[in-house]
Amino acid sequence: MSADVLPRRSPAAAWLAENGAVVALVVLVVALSLLSADFLSLTNLLNVGVQAAVTAILAFGSTFVIVTGGIDLSVGSVAALSAISLAWTATSAGVPWPLATLVSLAVGVACGLVSAALIAYGKLPPFIATLAMLGIARGLALVASEGSPIAMPDAVSELGGTIGTYLPIPLIVMVVMGVIAAVILNRTYPGRAMYAIGGNEEAARLSGIKVDRQLLITYALSGGFAAVAGIVLASRLASAQPQAAAGYELDAIAAVVIGGASLSGGKGRALGTLVGALILAVLRNGLNLLSVSAFWQQVVIGVVIALAVLVDTLRRRGTN
Amino acid sequence: MSHEILRAEGLRKTFPGVVALDGVDLSLRTGEVHVLLGENGAGKSTLIKILSGAYHPDGGRVLMDGRPVHIRSAGDAQRLGIATIYQEFNLVPQLTVAENLALGRPPRKFGFVDVKRMEQRARKLLERVGVDVDPRTPTARLGIARMQMVEIAKALALDARVLIMDEPTAVLTTSEVARLFAIVRQLRDEGVSVVFITHHLEEIADIGDRVTVLRDGRSVAEVPANTRRDELVGLMVGRPIDQQYPRPAPDRPAERGEPLLEVRGLTRRGVYDDVSFEVRAGEVVGMAGLVGAGRTEVARAVFGADRYDSGQVFVRGRRLPPGDVHAAMEAGLGLVPEDRKAQGLVLGADVAENLGLVTMRDATRAGFVDRSGLRSTAARVAEQLGIRMTGLSQEVRTLSGGNQQKVVIGKWLAANASVLILDEPTRGVDVGAKVEIYQLVNALTAAGDAVLMISSDLPEVLGMSDRILVMARGRLVGELRAAEATQDDVMALATMEASHVR
Repeated sequence: MSADVLPRRSPAAAWLAENGAVVALVVLVVALSLLSADFLSLTNLLNVGVQAAVTAILAFGSTFVIVTGGIDLSVGSVAALSAISLAWTATSAGVPWPLATLVSLAVGVACGLVSAALIAYGKLPPFIATLAMLGIARGLALVASEGSPIAMPDAVSELGGTIGTYLPIPLIVMVVMGVIAAVILNRTYPGRAMYAIGGNEEAARLSGIKVDRQLLITYALSGGFAAVAGIVLASRLASAQPQAAAGYELDAIAAVVIGGASLSGGKGRALGTLVGALILAVLRNGLNLLSVSAFWQQVVIGVVIALAVLVDTLRRRGTN
Repeated sequence: MSHEILRAEGLRKTFPGVVALDGVDLSLRTGEVHVLLGENGAGKSTLIKILSGAYHPDGGRVLMDGRPVHIRSAGDAQRLGIATIYQEFNLVPQLTVAENLALGRPPRKFGFVDVKRMEQRARKLLERVGVDVDPRTPTARLGIARMQMVEIAKALALDARVLIMDEPTAVLTTSEVARLFAIVRQLRDEGVSVVFITHHLEEIADIGDRVTVLRDGRSVAEVPANTRRDELVGLMVGRPIDQQYPRPAPDRPAERGEPLLEVRGLTRRGVYDDVSFEVRAGEVVGMAGLVGAGRTEVARAVFGADRYDSGQVFVRGRRLPPGDVHAAMEAGLGLVPEDRKAQGLVLGADVAENLGLVTMRDATRAGFVDRSGLRSTAARVAEQLGIRMTGLSQEVRTLSGGNQQKVVIGKWLAANASVLILDEPTRGVDVGAKVEIYQLVNALTAAGDAVLMISSDLPEVLGMSDRILVMARGRLVGELRAAEATQDDVMALATMEASHVR
């Protein structure tokens, strides 16, 4: 197309079009601060951050998978199983807590590897492989814990606390995991390969990218991130619960999608996912402050997810 | 005869950053075959998408039978009697031929689909286009040529008065093209007006009545179809093209270098059988044959994309492990696949990302990718290939076909591949970019690399190869010296053996 190039959109307008989720978050925050006097207090905002942390960490892991064009339904169950593994090895088996933490991370990674093996070598659709893992991990968590909560080692439970008076540690973990996710996606070979695979798996394969191996890495990362999320969640409650984080996988997927990723793959960013997770947390918190019933909250969140993707789709149709 | 059925006046269409159409006129008479000619990116696709209701023009108007019409959707186009057959067919492969022909409006009886009547109607339509297919056949089992016939039948089922065909011959063999032309002529004689897009200039005089030439989004000329070919090319590119196939004749054939690629006894049961050949440094070896002769399958196996049952592949004398793309790449092989959109490109990623796909592994230190290094390599390759783009950050999806193909080739240039396998390298590529790709092939071989070129375009195989291998029914049936061979020689080998084996 050797045609005259139209005047470009201003950089600001282009940024806004690319970052609709950020705009939505700002609008939401402004609106809620006008509607509720309590919303903009430091305590409340930090509380929102803590609420967002577990979802965000799970969602960072899911971002890897969704960028490859896959889906991971097992992250909630894997989070619970990892936390149970930590608590059980530290408490019942008497293993020192640093080692128990490593075991817990290894369990998360192993779950991801099993899903990935089913997908890459067994040729199962990611939906089915991770649906199976959702059941398996939850079941193992219940078996290992015999259905009851297990106390977390005190040293690890510190993770649920604060530094000084204010700064919640889950918030810091969330930011650190977010930076790690961003660096992996933008700077590392596996990260760039995820985009290529999600964009066109066959082209990636014919360009020498070992797709099977990269999928193993992708789902292992998702499992590892789920383990971290599980540990953070358990340390906030000071106990690992086998039923914890049930349904969180859907929040994680919602956060990734609200953040601008495409379920068909090849698109998605860590920052977008963070914003997506914050939108969900701000919304829940705001609706609580406004005394909206928990039943209606589900309706609102459903509508927001639909709207977020709808706006994105319409915007893209406009540019094509 | 001179009744004007459809007229487009001053059509304009802009997309963000690009003016796709900038004043296009088209006049279509009842019962004529009107050829639309233009390089990729000249605006042909945009024009037919406007006529079929997929795009809305920003300016200009469309008239049918002298009355202005607004084509806002595919449904509008259908009601007006305009049917379009795109290169990507609109058939549901899982359904039967009859179901596809009745898609969306099957005959009903008591609220249920009346299968008997549906199949009867389908049989009639198929008869009309002269194709011998049982309406109950699942569409996926048809070859490309027959699918195209089914598409034409589908258009007829809608009582189309205007039939738009986007490069219908691009995927057909010579004999299939002849059959297609017979049907198009028959439809023309029945009063259907056909808009026919093709990149094959030699087809124009054969099938067309008039030609409208598009260049840079404008209609620059309307000429009779028997206009001289070089004149058409001149109108199309706005400059004369000196030589369509710039391959220099090998003056000293003995000077050919060492064999870079050797294939011995490659066999995959039921697909190809005992295929052996070599490609030497500095050589272009063409691979001709009918579609389905097994050429693509052999190429993919050589490159490690698919497995084979027996045989060996050597690059510079070292044996490649079967089914290992990575090892093939390391050895210096590169594959430019048949279908660039489905197999060659990450369409949603930008030019720099795509050019760096192969080299990304080598640009990685301790897990971290040197993206700025990749970008500067990409800039160099894009410059070398003359890729026309707004910048390295342009999405590959929005490039024209020729420039997309240059990106696919470019990723192997960046990787310094020494044996390039090109599978239909100029399919859907405009004349200007074609010559640039040929010049690139010449430059590569002059530098001591080797090229294996699969092509169904006979003038191209003859014009660009040093030697030609002919495949038929999965077997290598002959080798010809390009300088001495004719199209008839190649076709005789490609088809004779086929009937013999059958």
